[in-house]
Amino acid sequence: MSPVSPVSPGSIVIKGARILGGEPADILIEDGVIAGIGRDLAGDETVEAAGLIALPGLVDLHTHLREPGREDAETVETGTRAAALGGYTAVHAMANTSPVADTAGVVEQVWRLGQEAGHCDVQPVGAVTEGLAGERLAELGAMADSAARVRVFSDDGKCVSDAVLMRRALEYVKAFDGVVAQHAQEPRLTAGAQMNEGAVSGRLGLTGWPAVAEEAIIARDCLLAAHVGSRLHVCHLSTAGSVEIVRWAKSKGWNVTAEVTPHHLLLTDDLVEDSPVGAYNPIYKVNPPLRTREDVEALRAALADGTIDVVATDHAPHPVEDKETEWAAAAMGMIGLETALSVVQEAMVETGLLDWAGVAERMSYAPARIGRLAGHGRPIEVGSPANITLYDPSAREEVDPGSYASKSRNTPYEGRTLPGRVVATFLRGRATVLDGKLA
Amino acid sequence: MKRHLISAADLSRDDALLILDTADELARISDRSIKKLPTLRGRTVVNLFFEDSTRTRISFEAAAKRLSADVINFSAKGSSVSKGESLKDTALTLEAMGADAVVIRHGASGAPYRLAGWVRGSVVNAGDGTHEHPTQALLDAFTMRRRLGSLEGRRVTVVGDVLHSRVARSNVLLLATLGAEVTLVAPPTLLPVSVDSWPCEVSYDLDAVLPKSDVVMMLRVQRERMNAAFFPTEREYSRRYGLDRDRVAKLHDEAIVMHPGPMNRGMEIAAEVADSARSTIVEQVANGVTTRMAVLYLLLGGADLGGEDK
Repeated sequence: MSPVSPVSPGSIVIKGARILGGEPADILIEDGVIAGIGRDLAGDETVEAAGLIALPGLVDLHTHLREPGREDAETVETGTRAAALGGYTAVHAMANTSPVADTAGVVEQVWRLGQEAGHCDVQPVGAVTEGLAGERLAELGAMADSAARVRVFSDDGKCVSDAVLMRRALEYVKAFDGVVAQHAQEPRLTAGAQMNEGAVSGRLGLTGWPAVAEEAIIARDCLLAAHVGSRLHVCHLSTAGSVEIVRWAKSKGWNVTAEVTPHHLLLTDDLVEDSPVGAYNPIYKVNPPLRTREDVEALRAALADGTIDVVATDHAPHPVEDKETEWAAAAMGMIGLETALSVVQEAMVETGLLDWAGVAERMSYAPARIGRLAGHGRPIEVGSPANITLYDPSAREEVDPGSYASKSRNTPYEGRTLPGRVVATFLRGRATVLDGKLA
Repeated sequence: MKRHLISAADLSRDDALLILDTADELARISDRSIKKLPTLRGRTVVNLFFEDSTRTRISFEAAAKRLSADVINFSAKGSSVSKGESLKDTALTLEAMGADAVVIRHGASGAPYRLAGWVRGSVVNAGDGTHEHPTQALLDAFTMRRRLGSLEGRRVTVVGDVLHSRVARSNVLLLATLGAEVTLVAPPTLLPVSVDSWPCEVSYDLDAVLPKSDVVMMLRVQRERMNAAFFPTEREYSRRYGLDRDRVAKLHDEAIVMHPGPMNRGMEIAAEVADSARSTIVEQVANGVTTRMAVLYLLLGGADLGGEDK
């Protein structure tokens, strides 16, 4: 396989960082690898990290970089800058680009763009079906064998709703240790759907996106994965019922993993009706939709107990004109790379549900494991690649979308104060972010 | 009163009663030979209609003109909107023209809230998607009051496609504010899943509800619902939820029959019921003008009613 972006020569010592929130220690990096952890270590360069938490470089299983095709919303360059600033050292780029990433050619293009950008590793996701049309399998093997080494396949944005096609995809990817990441949305139950179906949608007269449309597909897919002995990954799980189904599938020993987005851990559907940015503001329009307080509580509990394996951003950039519209005309999605860790701190750490080791598991180790991403998601210990995020949990900052590196501004957190700040990110020993700015 | 009228929930009980009382006063003036009042002279009201709705548009137009406002009609068809102009750009254009009030009809629920964020004038919702139609609820309440007196404790039954009805949403909210007891009657497929959280009762059985109803309000069944499995056939719908002569016979003597129009005669309402003495359907149209006059007058803070032009 071609080499990834170069490692940094020479040595760096990170002084006094609290690894996973533990006691302060120095971390010595040599030639892109962690060479020592201890006290009073010295190197060519020194990064002061007193009071900061050291986490393994974050890995996102679910990012929309929009390139090729929608460079007005995001490019690999701008999206990976945002990723680095959010503490990520690797992101999985979703396949719903234009053209769709359904051939070896497109996934290699995206992979190469990521290498050139150099802010974090870009691991392309391949489409399950040609053109995301849900009719014929894309050349999954060709993408797996390409330079991009695709292991995660997803029609994200669309559901592989045909049960036979889903079964075949699950079976076929076993040959190269792939995984199908399903966007669980029964299409007929969600025709024209605008927001979570419940009390708020009823009052607002917006077509409902019922929880059952997600849960029915997840249940079916768990059963299919068990039947063919394959592994299944459930994208952006959003309801309490979905949690119960995944918990049940795991209790059977089936190879099912699941992710939750930061926004589904914090925000609820009543924001569509009443928020500081006005009613029906499409900044809250996302797919799957924001759900209820009960769902949020269930998702948090499931992330804490391991039923949900991963926090994935579903970073979905959209230009202003696609959000400054009436609700029904607006695009679905929120950006999230630059706020993910802060939202997880607020929703999970400050509530006592997760410690920093738990955050590392769910935002680095597990996503790298599910994506079969060698060189990422490794503990901060001697011999690991020096992918490290330094984070200040005591910071408090008001969200200012204008300050973001993402090309788009569609954050639902504008005006909110979120905890924490990514101070530095190291990719194989090279600082991609220092002092909270791109290095 | 709030600056905009987008939802019936924007109105307190006092606001709603003030509008209805003002409409009463305006109705008396409308009986004079010269109907026009100078109160909104020099003010501009824009009718911004993204959906075809001749009856609502001319009702607002007549209301504004009787108050001497300048009226600009902007319909989406054949305008810049049909060439792809966004709602925001349309709003900024109206803003540049100095609209004091924008009356908006739009197919997307919530569009008036978005508009209100982009213009300085008052926004009046003339129907947004499947959300609300507050002036319809006001004219309905006005009509009920004229026939029945105070709405306190009155029993109003609303029948039909509640799920997709902006008229039903606004009526439920306004009638609850005014102290009436509302019962929604529909097949379960045409009720929102969360309807039990609304300030009203729900029934699937029209015949059981009719004897205690003071008002029966029939909602229009949209053609496109008829082929989307909400109910098996038009005939079955009509049989179970249509208001025909036999059903009307179950009403007490004073009870009235309403419909926001346009009607599907023979579907949700029989022709002889629509044309009967109980029916207020034609009155509703006339009352629409006076009620909308009251709304524009109060939102735009016109000069004294009946006062001479100064």
